[in-house]
Formats: sequence, C-alpha cells, structure tokens
Amino acid sequence: MSKTTDQPDQDRRAFIGKAAGAAAAATLAPGVFLHGVADAEFRQVPVTDKVRWGMLVDSNKCADSCTACVDACNHENGMDLLEKPEGLSEDMWDQQIPKWIRKVKVKDKLSGRESNLPMLCQHCENPPCADVCPTGASFRRADGIVMVDRHTCIGCRYCMMACPYKARSFIHEVVENKLTITPRGKGCVESCNFCVSRLDRGETTTACQDACNEAGHKAIVFGDLNDPSSEVSQALKQYPSRQIRADLKLNTGVRYSGV
Amino acid sequence: MHGSEVKIRLLLAMFLAGASVLAGAAPAEEDAWKQGNSKAAGLEHCVEPTAWMRRNHMELIKHERNLTVHQGVRVESKSLAGCIKCHVQYDAAAKPIAINSDEQFCDMCHDYAAVTLDCFQCHATVPTSETDYGAGAGEGDQP
Repeated sequence: MSKTTDQPDQDRRAFIGKAAGAAAAATLAPGVFLHGVADAEFRQVPVTDKVRWGMLVDSNKCADSCTACVDACNHENGMDLLEKPEGLSEDMWDQQIPKWIRKVKVKDKLSGRESNLPMLCQHCENPPCADVCPTGASFRRADGIVMVDRHTCIGCRYCMMACPYKARSFIHEVVENKLTITPRGKGCVESCNFCVSRLDRGETTTACQDACNEAGHKAIVFGDLNDPSSEVSQALKQYPSRQIRADLKLNTGVRYSGV
Repeated sequence: MHGSEVKIRLLLAMFLAGASVLAGAAPAEEDAWKQGNSKAAGLEHCVEPTAWMRRNHMELIKHERNLTVHQGVRVESKSLAGCIKCHVQYDAAAKPIAINSDEQFCDMCHDYAAVTLDCFQCHATVPTSETDYGAGAGEGDQP
C-alpha cells in the first residue's frame, strides 16, 4: 500500500481504540454498582461521542483592551488564588503562571490589519499532546474535550512541546490554595478543559463565553458541534471561519472567524 | 497532637474497647470518626459500613477518580469532594478546617498508620463553593 500522506493512519488508531475499549468494558463492568444517594444534577452516566463540544470565536467582535474572558477564566479555575513564589521576578512569574486562555494579537504584514485572537486549547480531534504523552495522562474525552489526568501526569512536558498552540501550562511550585473543581499541584501540566465541571453539572456555557457576553462583545459562541441546531453550529454554517494551523489536519474544536 | 501521645491514647482506647467488649457493650473507638460538628458526626455510618470503609475507602476513591476524570461520571457518594464535604469540621468562626490538618478526619488515622496522603497535593482540603461538584445544593453548609 502506498503512503500518500505523512499524517498518522487515524482509522487504524480508531480500530485499536475501539478494540481496547470493548475489552475494558467487558472486564470492568460486572460487579460495579453505583448506588447510594446521588445528586441528579451531576452527570451519572459516561459521556459519549454524540456530543462534541466546540467554540467559534469572532475576532472582529473581540475588543482591543478587553480582558474579560481571561479574567473570568482565571477566577473560575483558581488561577487568581496563586501567589508569586518568593524571589521570583515578575517576568518569570508571568511566564510560569498557568494561562488557559490568553489574548494574542496577529498582524497581516501586507495590509497592516491587526486581529485579536483569544488563544486557548483548541480541543483537537487528533490532539498531538495525547499522541506524545508517555503515560496516557493527556487524553481526549468522548465528548471532544482534551484534558490532563493529573493522577497519571509525570510532568515531563512533552505535550507542551507538541502543542502547536502553546495552550498548556506547567505548575512549577507547591500550590497552597486551590478550588474543588480545579485540583492543581506542583509537577503537572494543565490546560483549558471547556469548564468541564460546569458541563458535567448540566450547564452549557463556559466562563469565558459568559464574561464576553456580559462585557457586551458576544465574540464567543460555545456549544455542541454535532447538533445542527445548536447556536455554534448555526454560526459556523452562517459565517466563514477557519482553524488555526489547519495544515496540521487536527480538526480543532475551536474555530475563528474574522482572521 | 504528638505522635506518641496518639499512640498512648489509641492503646488506651483499645484497652477500654476490649474491656467494654468483655462487659458486653459496643467498643468505644468505633465512634472515633464522628468528629465534632461535621455532618458525618450525625450519621449512622458512611456510604458503606464503618469497618469496610476503614479498610477499603481508597479503593472507592481510586475507582471513582478514573470514572470521573475520563468519563465525566460525578457520583457524589463516592467522590473525594463528597468525603470532604461530609467529614469537614468548622471552627468557631464557621470556617471549614482543612480535612488533612492535625487531628482532623484524614490525619487522625493516616498519622497513626504512618501512611502518607498525596490527595491534597492537588485537591482542595475544604469545600470551596456551593456549586462544587459533589457539594450538592446547600448540603455542604455548616450544620
């Protein structure tokens, strides 16, 4: 068989994945009973690939000096509880503090046109971070969210090298204050998880989207890409959009219009 | 509390427990986990019988963590957040006391058994918000 692309053979991977999943289901399921008083508000059944969470960011609507999305993310996920370690310069701290979403400004050299690009984990269908992870800590959940399992992360930072979007952060120091919804500790990598704890309790918005709407810009639309009637699917149908580094064929879950 | 003091107390408790068993009463140390003003103090037993929980709680937490992280299943009764919500004590100012601090629920046995506890290198040691998964609506409030 001749090879016409340098991309990995995704069909083969999907088959192996399914086979492994089937084997695991057969051996894990019997004897596992979830009982007791469970709060129906929270997800009680495993996520499936019926849903794929995704986002459309309209950079035309993203205002120049606004940092509402970044601030909201930092608050939601406890980054604002972190303290600068003693003796570390402001510059170094700025490089080390976790950034799940950051604003990037891109300029077309020919026309001089500038666009604002809120950059976050792009939640690829074929995530390079998960490809390179030696322990399986980087993974893609069935509903399309790319996450880090801190229980298995050994802090090698290979995923940070592999990510084309510079979306991941490493925790360098012991963390004193953390939130229940966002555990965080020294020696692990982390990145945007589309506010997964919100989604798992039945909500359908992210902190950055809410903040952007509140600020009146409405640049971020979030929702289920597999549902043709969802707001994000409708917006993607209506407006031209693109993936950043589409040449890598990662099929990102985050799309941008106006760049 | 100092380690040796704990040992002496536990030995004393075991002695008293033995004595009370001989006398036909329930062992005194059975209730040691019912701490102060925690919600757990007012309950008969945990999600499983106490003796079972003492030996196997880590299996529950570990099993649940994989289900939660990888499949998004958030079952309160077997989540670490649920443990903390129920077992945490509150100080005079109604502020929750870190569950792994001296003499608190986790520390009580782990200190005695000399088993290092790694959960709280990453996980929060107190309930941090009303909407925490596993914290249930209003249930995490001070009793």
